[in-house]
Amino acid sequence: MATQTIAAQKTAQSEINYLNHARGLKSWLLTLDHKRIGILYLISVVFFFIVGGILALLIRAELFEPGQTLMTADTYNHIFTLHGAIMIFLFLIPAVPAVLGNFALPIMIGAKDVAFPRLNLASWYIFWLGALTMLVGIVTSGLDTGWTFYTPYSTMTSSGVTWVVLGIFILGFSSILTGLNFIVTVHKMRAPGLTWSRLPLFVWGLYATSIVQILATPVLGITLLLLALERILKIGIFDPALGGDPILFQHFFWFYSHPAVYIMILPAFGVISELIGTFSRKGIFGYKFVALSSVAIAFLGFLVWGHHMFVSGQSATAATVFSLLTFLIGVPTGVKVLNWVASLYRGSIWLRTPLLYALAFLFVFPIGGFTGIALGTLGLDVPLHDTYFVVAHFHYVMVSGGLLAFLGGLHYWWPKMFGRLYNEKLAQIAALLIFVGFNVTFFPQFILGTQGMPRRYFDYVPEFTTLHQLSTVGSWILGLGLLLVAVCLLHSLFKGQLAPANPWGAGTLEWTHTGRLPSPHNFERTPVVTRGPYDYHLAEEIFGNGHGDGGGTPAVIPAQGQAQS
Amino acid sequence: MSGMILLQNTAWLPEAASSIAPEVDSLFHFWTLVSAIIFVGVVGAMTFFVVRYRRRRRDEVPEPVKEKKVVELAWIVVPTILVLIVFAWGFRVYIKMYTAPPDAYEILVHGYQWYWEFEYPNGVKTTNELHVPAGQPVKLRMTSADVIHSFYVPAFRVKQDVLPDRYSSLWFEATKPGEYTVFCTEYCGTQHSGMLARVIVHPREEFEQWLESAGIPEDMPLAELGARLYREKACFSCHSIDGSPSVGPTFKGLYGHEVELEDGSTVIADENYLRESILQPGAKIVKGYPNVMPASYASLSEREVAALIEFIKQQQ
Repeated sequence: MATQTIAAQKTAQSEINYLNHARGLKSWLLTLDHKRIGILYLISVVFFFIVGGILALLIRAELFEPGQTLMTADTYNHIFTLHGAIMIFLFLIPAVPAVLGNFALPIMIGAKDVAFPRLNLASWYIFWLGALTMLVGIVTSGLDTGWTFYTPYSTMTSSGVTWVVLGIFILGFSSILTGLNFIVTVHKMRAPGLTWSRLPLFVWGLYATSIVQILATPVLGITLLLLALERILKIGIFDPALGGDPILFQHFFWFYSHPAVYIMILPAFGVISELIGTFSRKGIFGYKFVALSSVAIAFLGFLVWGHHMFVSGQSATAATVFSLLTFLIGVPTGVKVLNWVASLYRGSIWLRTPLLYALAFLFVFPIGGFTGIALGTLGLDVPLHDTYFVVAHFHYVMVSGGLLAFLGGLHYWWPKMFGRLYNEKLAQIAALLIFVGFNVTFFPQFILGTQGMPRRYFDYVPEFTTLHQLSTVGSWILGLGLLLVAVCLLHSLFKGQLAPANPWGAGTLEWTHTGRLPSPHNFERTPVVTRGPYDYHLAEEIFGNGHGDGGGTPAVIPAQGQAQS
Repeated sequence: MSGMILLQNTAWLPEAASSIAPEVDSLFHFWTLVSAIIFVGVVGAMTFFVVRYRRRRRDEVPEPVKEKKVVELAWIVVPTILVLIVFAWGFRVYIKMYTAPPDAYEILVHGYQWYWEFEYPNGVKTTNELHVPAGQPVKLRMTSADVIHSFYVPAFRVKQDVLPDRYSSLWFEATKPGEYTVFCTEYCGTQHSGMLARVIVHPREEFEQWLESAGIPEDMPLAELGARLYREKACFSCHSIDGSPSVGPTFKGLYGHEVELEDGSTVIADENYLRESILQPGAKIVKGYPNVMPASYASLSEREVAALIEFIKQQQ
């Protein structure tokens, strides 16, 4: 009798999870739970990604043929600007840290929540306040400056620059607060035994990112505030007509915006490390190098902004120094790729959707890296600067780093977020479509760029038509792939098979020490960590004989997963 | 080496028509080759590992691999050496690119929204057509009247931003007579992609002849001169003559008709209104159009203004 009661209680207890312990809209909008806030961010950034993606498809459609086809030059200029501004400020920067980081980081370090849960919720509201301010400017008067807001064009145009930069200024606070929260959380709330050398690499990535967020974002904020003041009060900082210096704006802007590339990339590096570790059941080769180089890249990232300005009129000496520093940051980044590939060596490789995204990353990212070297080289950057070569380069870097890593991570943590599995076959087809579509879209742009096609062009000379058409067709394949991801994940949400606590046989705490869905406070008791995150041979709990809080759930590879050949 | 020759024959790079272009191209080919080799190595190894080490049993745990410091050190040192080579090579090319020979022929360049104006040492001005001699270093001293533009000739592999209130410069030595496209590569507003120009490279002796005859003859009929100015002063980039909408009002059927202004009043587009609008573009703005016409047209001569008015009159 007594044992039965205990068993019943146990079942009831295990059914209380972060999704069902409180219901209703209010319980979500006022939640202090980092996992729910992660989901709120997920919905938000996916919304903005869809908007940015539709704009991208419109851009490509207009460029299918030379001349005016769908829209006027003015509309086109507004659309490409919005595509860039939305994708960068409302998708790439928040996607991995605010969604996946918020959801996974505290659990991965064995904490109940982030250090400042209220601040965490506030970050989300500030994110929306900033986004809405931006949207007000866009809806009332558009934005046609390019996402870089170069002066003096941005001080002269009649479009909604002031509102948008104000919006980005506000968004910056969201970014800073999230970064601050993560740094304190990682420093103060790690579980007993979780030393720095046992931290999962995703946590290292987020930690490095947070440093950049805190140090770089204020510079952008001040720069954009100055720009707004310039427009309203004509104070003469950037506008040469008022005695200002337009190059100064570029220095200020890139001092933030180059490190911002690392805000987008470093957490992605972390995700890739988790995926490769889990699906090859191997430690990451050179763990210490991979961990510490993220921090090193975060700091070095502040010293290379001038490589955006080789043809701007800055001095040759400055250009030379910036070029050299750029290469010095390129090397550790490249070495990381080699470390990931080496981690696969003699592993036990399980080809699931998340790993497919990681492998796609290992294909795409080096192309972004090599072309980055070309752009960092003084003599080569001159002809390639501000052409489609640059467009292709940063899409290879940011789409691989931002989008592929985000999708890989989303597919990886999905069963933990929603307790359900998705249709593996469908998800793999979607990943393949995205990989093919992405390369068909952007690879031709490298060739366009070397041939001289400048970026931000509404129209082009007829020689470029074939490559543009190829690129546009690629964008349709990419769009189809993303649509399929949405179908697949939405289907899983309602009809997906219930997931076991650790469907991938992963070794980090969120899989080994929580149930199918994490409970509101993550753990029933604080876990004690006795090994590194990828030491599979030491991890009995992964294979069902463990004593973790995962309800003793044995890690059963689900039915779909049994066909492994 | 054979790989380099193979790459040289691909259509990736545009025609090389300046003295610096072959040097840029060699560096580009070296970079392509090294990148391609490393890329194939990385992706090849990745593919091999994925196939070779597929998981066989669900509870399979691989033996940890002992990390070799030598391996790690090697792939830190080798890429570092490679990028330093590329850096030094790029530096050499860059210095050449930006060090104009002292005897270079100097041409003044003005960037406007959205056209280029070139001024030669003898006072001749051209718009959107830069005439240069082949086989002689040419130095462009450039400035902008409004926003930042960037002067880019793909065939010459040179590019330089053109800033307001400041000179920047660029030099090249064209090697082959012919026509080459000039693009503006710094986003400069509505007609950014329409801001195209041509470099016309003359054989050296023909260039002198061109320069002699380039001044506008005194006896050219007004309407003909107007048509030429419409093209050369790039009026066409904002004002169509076929009635199609653009940045500014079309010239078709403009003369003698009533025009509604920004403040709601109307005016007849007669000779005096046209003259005022050319010399003081902001004075009476036509309803529905932005006040963006550059004031630079105020420097037109009396005869040129008359010629433009005559040209507009004819567009019925």
